[in-house]
Parts: sequence; C-alpha cells; structure tokens
Amino acid sequence: MIGGPLHKLDVAGRSLAPTAMTVMLLLVNLAPSHMTGYERVAPSFALMSIYYWTIHRPDLLPMSVVFVIGLLQDLLGGGPLGLNALVLIMVQWTVLSQRGFFLSSTFPMLWLGFVVVVAGAAFVLWLAASIASFELVAIDAPVIQGLLTLALFPLMAWLLILAHRAFLHQI
Amino acid sequence: MLVKARAARPATRLTALKGVVQRFSFLFLILVSITLMIFGRIDAIGVESMRARVMDAFEPILDAISTPAATVARFVEIIADVTEVYRQNQELRTENARLQQWKQVVLRLEAENNSLRSLLRFKPDPAASFISARVIAVPGGSFLRSVIVAAGRRDGLRKGQAVIAGSGLVGRVVEVGEWSARILLVTDISARVPVLLEGSRQRAVLAGDNSSQPRLLYLPPDSQVAVGDRVVTSGHGGQFPSGLPVGVVSQVGERQIRVHSLVNLSRIEHVQIVDFGLPGGLVVEDPLGGVMR
Repeated sequence: MIGGPLHKLDVAGRSLAPTAMTVMLLLVNLAPSHMTGYERVAPSFALMSIYYWTIHRPDLLPMSVVFVIGLLQDLLGGGPLGLNALVLIMVQWTVLSQRGFFLSSTFPMLWLGFVVVVAGAAFVLWLAASIASFELVAIDAPVIQGLLTLALFPLMAWLLILAHRAFLHQI
Repeated sequence: MLVKARAARPATRLTALKGVVQRFSFLFLILVSITLMIFGRIDAIGVESMRARVMDAFEPILDAISTPAATVARFVEIIADVTEVYRQNQELRTENARLQQWKQVVLRLEAENNSLRSLLRFKPDPAASFISARVIAVPGGSFLRSVIVAAGRRDGLRKGQAVIAGSGLVGRVVEVGEWSARILLVTDISARVPVLLEGSRQRAVLAGDNSSQPRLLYLPPDSQVAVGDRVVTSGHGGQFPSGLPVGVVSQVGERQIRVHSLVNLSRIEHVQIVDFGLPGGLVVEDPLGGVMR
C-alpha cells in the first residue's frame, strides 16, 4: 500500500497537522473565557506551537504558512494588519537560525530559548503599540502575559509531543 | 573516495541554494508585512472590509468554540454561586424592596415629565430599539480591547452604534460583516466617549488606556469630582445617544480620574446594540480627534 494514492493522501493529511494545530490553538485563544481580566493576559498558544514545530518539523510549517497564520491573527484580533505576521516570521527566523542548538539540547534549554522568543515578541508588539498610540503604553499586562505563556509552555509542549507522536511518527 | 566527494558536491550546493531561498523569502515576507501595515494605515476601509469577510468566514467556528467555553464557565460559576445563595437571596430581597419604592418614584416623575413636556412642546429623542447578540470571541493581547459578536449587517448593525450590556455602556461597533461584527470596548486605548458627570452636568471625555478602568480627560481644573459620581454619555458629537450609563468615578487623583465600568467587561456573554436611528458617521472615522471638534 505504501506509495499508493491512499497512502499519499494519508501522508498529506498528516503533514497538515502542525498547521492545523496552530490555527486551532489561535482560535481557541479567541474563545471568551469569562474570567475577569484574563483576556488582557491570555497566553499565546499559537506562539508556543510555532516555536515547537519550527524546532522539530520546520519542513511542515513553512515560513509562508506562518506568515498567513500571523495575518489571520491580525485580521481576527483587530490589531494593525501585518504586525503579528511580522512578529511570527521573525520568531521563526530566529529559531531556525539556532535550530541545530535547540535540537541537541535538553528541555530546560528549550524552555530558556522560549524565554528569549517570548520577550522578543512582546517587545516588538509593545513597541508597535507605543508607536501607534504616540505614548509608551503600560507594560504590566504584556509582562504577565509573557510569564503566563512561559509557565504554560511545558504543558503545551507535552500536548504537542503527544500530537507529534500520534500524527507524524512515521513521516 | 572520489565518487563520494562528487556525490556530496551537488548536495552541498542544494543546501546552500535552499539557504539563499529561505533568506530571500524571509526578507520578502518581512517587506510584505511592513507594506501591509502601511497599506492598512492608508486604505483603512479596504482593510476593514477584508477583516469583516474573514470574521464572517470564521464566525461558525468561533461560535462553536465559544459555546463549550461558556458552558464550562457557567458550571464553575454555578458551583461558586451555590455557596452564596442564601446571602444573595437576602441581599436581593432588600434590593427588591428598595427598587419597588424607586419604581413608584419613577412612575410619578415620568407622568410629571410628560405633562411638562406637553406644556413646552418638547420633541423627544426617537425611541431606541435594541439588537441582542452573543459574544463569540474575545481577542486576547495586552494592547487591544475588542470583542466579536454573532450579529451583523443582516441583523441591522451599523458602524458607530453604541453597545450596552446589562446596565452600562460597553463600547461601539467598529467593523460590520454580514453576520458578525467587532465591538471596540471603552477600555481600548483608542476609545473616546463624550460623557457627562451626572450630578454636576460637567462635560468630559472618557478615554481608554487598555487598563480595566478608563480615564476622564478634559475636565476643567476647578470641577468638583468625587468618588462615586455617576458618569453617563453626553450625546455630544452625535454618535451616541445621551444619558446611557457608563460607570462611576472610582479614583480621583492629582493626575488622573478613573472610572469603574458598570459592566464587568471580561465577562460579557451577550450585548445589546442600541439603534437610535441617529445619523452616524460624523465623527466615527476619527476616534482620537473627532470628539474634540
């Protein structure tokens, strides 16, 4: 059966897993939580997903797809069009350039790398918000948001590893 | 050995080529993002209609995801509430008794108001109608405060309409799709609402700054403001109807006065869009400067 049309379809479907999961996490991020103050500091699940797949399967999450995911986030989120797209491809570029190091390192190092990514992304978003509103906007919410994103990363990484094994262990 | 080296050369070249392509596509996408940002500033209406289309396209998915989220939240709330039922019941009884008295006062005042209006031949504002909608998405993030609701042009929503939830103003409609719309909350950094202090009739502008409590701007330095003063929309600028309750003054400091919203903006499940039949679009396009004109 290997090489047959059904197998090809199966492989193609499985190859979509990283993209599909990232988009799904983006949409889950948008769901109303009904918790006071949560939406201000909601951790970015899509960022975790992009970080994970860029390290492990960059071939299945090409830069153009990351760009489109960023655009989707901008269009649904209401921010300046192109801002999240810019941030996400910068994140992917940075991670890709250090990919060899990340692949050979331990989970704590992976987590530490994510600290840098989250801090960088938050800084760019903060800078853009400050420029757009002609004043230095408060940093309390983005800092808490960054910390929450970092705190939830191990849990998300575990879920992503499960998905990785379930969908992609053969391809 | 020789054969091996020959075989390796094209592979190295391919890797190098791949790197160049990757770098090129990275720079290209960076350029496209920046162009889009500039384009969004220039052609805001084009971007807006694009957003509305994408919002419409994702509305069914967002709607589906938001329903279980609401169920979970309600379940948690029920458990939290059960422990307080008795106390709440007592409170509600007292409040109800007080409200019954108020109702009598209101009825009397309404009758009096009507008779006085007829003496003055006063032309009242057109009666408002309300469109109810469910909140299906709350975009997270530290720099924007908006929600997406499952109602749009088909349901009669128009850009600029005021949006209330429960007893207070929540924000205004900024983007309208066919069956979905975005509402900019009063706490967003670009939101400006002309308001009145209900007691002193002092005018001011309510300005969001992404924190949970928006600020009051442009109050004269000698104005009397106290914690607990009610803030209502003034209707100036022609965008909002006058007299919609917004919040109460929660903090009066040297440098800033803050207003506590009457609605918990994190927990709105349904909103009502107020359709007053007002001529919109006068100051809608310029939320920062328009109010001051």
